[in-house]
Amino acid sequence: MAANTNFEKYKSNGTLAGNVLEWVDARFPATSMWKGHLSEYYAPKNFNFWYFFGSLALLVLVIQIVTGIFLVMHYKPDAAVNANGVPVAFASVEYIMRDVPWGWLIRYMHSTGASAFFIVVYLHMFRGLLYGSYRKPRELIWLFGVGIFLCLMGEAFFGYLLPWGQMSFWGAQVIVNLFSALPVVGPDLSILIRGDFVVGDATLNRFFSFHVIAFPLVLLGLVAAHILALHEVGSNNPDGVEIKKLKGEDGHPLDGIPFHPYYTVKDIVGVVVFLMVFSLVVFFAPEGGGYFLEYNNFFPADPLKTPPHIAPVWYFTPYYSILRAMVWNFFGLPAKFWGVVGMGASVVIFAFLPWLDRSPVKSIRYRGPIYKTLLAIFVVVFFILGYLGTQPPSFWGEKISQVCTVFYFGFFLAMPWWSRMDKFKPEPDRVTM
Amino acid sequence: MSNQGKMDCGRRRLIVATAAVGGAGAVAALVPFVSSLLPSERAKAAGAPVEVDISKLEAGQMMTVEWRGKPVWIINRTKDMLETLPKLVDAVADPKSDKEQQPAYCKNDTRSIKPEIMVAVGICTHLGCSPSSKFKKGAEEGMSGDWLGGFLCPCHGSTFDFAGRVYKNKPAPDNLEVPPHVYLTDTRILIGEDKKGA
Repeated sequence: MAANTNFEKYKSNGTLAGNVLEWVDARFPATSMWKGHLSEYYAPKNFNFWYFFGSLALLVLVIQIVTGIFLVMHYKPDAAVNANGVPVAFASVEYIMRDVPWGWLIRYMHSTGASAFFIVVYLHMFRGLLYGSYRKPRELIWLFGVGIFLCLMGEAFFGYLLPWGQMSFWGAQVIVNLFSALPVVGPDLSILIRGDFVVGDATLNRFFSFHVIAFPLVLLGLVAAHILALHEVGSNNPDGVEIKKLKGEDGHPLDGIPFHPYYTVKDIVGVVVFLMVFSLVVFFAPEGGGYFLEYNNFFPADPLKTPPHIAPVWYFTPYYSILRAMVWNFFGLPAKFWGVVGMGASVVIFAFLPWLDRSPVKSIRYRGPIYKTLLAIFVVVFFILGYLGTQPPSFWGEKISQVCTVFYFGFFLAMPWWSRMDKFKPEPDRVTM
Repeated sequence: MSNQGKMDCGRRRLIVATAAVGGAGAVAALVPFVSSLLPSERAKAAGAPVEVDISKLEAGQMMTVEWRGKPVWIINRTKDMLETLPKLVDAVADPKSDKEQQPAYCKNDTRSIKPEIMVAVGICTHLGCSPSSKFKKGAEEGMSGDWLGGFLCPCHGSTFDFAGRVYKNKPAPDNLEVPPHVYLTDTRILIGEDKKGA
């Protein structure tokens, strides 16, 4: 296509650029990678609004890496108390906010970026639910995606300790103690995670290491695997039909268009809109109403005093509600243990979607009322659980979260049956616009 | 192999043996890395006992000291506070302190050496938050009307009485921990060590 012929023109015209490219191509697959992943990667032509969020997730990843690199230049992971009686880590964040030129902007971009990452990724995952993007042959793409999601949760959790505020400290205290609920190995495991008998300097330093080195490396690897797997099988689309089935005389899918320039240009529109919203938050509401940055975290960590109300950041609250919903002892194991199991299962269960969904069609466009209703209720339940997780424990909150937890797991576990019973419309051969 | 369909079994055994030895070496190399995550010698040493002077602690007052990075409460219980303990035997989960959350010398009705002086680690046995004191009876501090005084964990709502015994049907599974401690004099307590170690 256009980009392709440009390359060929360059190569054969004997110019310096052409000669350099030829030299490189003989030693590194530059042109073939460009073609395979961009200029001749044929994506379905009917992508809609929902297809922005993959590229936006990449954008936020870049924002987090770049801002993170600059924050590390000023941040100090040290729980010791300085001459003013403030922990060094907490003081170094204040220093970034007040004394480092433009430090406040870089830090607000990073803290807002964390919430933006989850918003974008949740929408990206919901797109998968809408159009059955996890179904055969895209199971591995989905599994790499679940891995990315887990990695992100780890990143967010480790990163949240670093400012060493009250919520950092007590949030980490509660979550690390969750592991002590596991039978036999639990108590030793939580000491192994903390590196001390309490959350302290050792914990802060290792969380810093995980946040800055270990998890980003794994995350980048998983993102590469996610994209490679996608480009191997080809993108799904809002109709959920395989464009590779019908190819033109040139061997390219009839309903496909090259990713570059068509979707690179389209994604720029998404980037611009996203950056507008992102900037509004960064400049006018960086605390996100106490949801992006919790107010109790503006107090330095005090190991002797728990804040009156502690809650995780919003992106963890649905799972936290499920943790709190488990209040009964089963099979001789305490409720605390089942809470941890429920919380873990509520995240990991997404990985099983490709095998739980048995419907003959992929896209919601051709699925019936059962799927549409249950998916709508699932979204509502997810929001209710998320809201309740931000609230202090209460009688009705507990009851409602228990009902929602039952639905949450029921949605997934009963899927092999209800996904088959629906009324389906016939899938078209070609995509519709 | 494809060339003859024959396999050199000797060579194959060598490959398997080499891979096994290499694998064992790789697993052994994990040991120092995982061990480095354990509490360091310095962290272990930081568990040194703490000496506390309680001469200024009036009846009904509570003080908090730090031991091994955890809050340790010392409460000088009034007669009134102590009288609530026998009334709560049916309301708390482990009234006789049968679970080993205290040294043997504190396995008694008041969970203490001296009846009035309570020493406890102020960390909820559920997920490690530090409970808040709610000493006033009744609803004055936001508790229910029949509240007899004690502690409320702000995180998940577990309640404890003046002996650190957890109420029934609360998320916390156990009573608050009583650390090993010993009276050096009548008003000086050493927390973190008892007679055996002293």
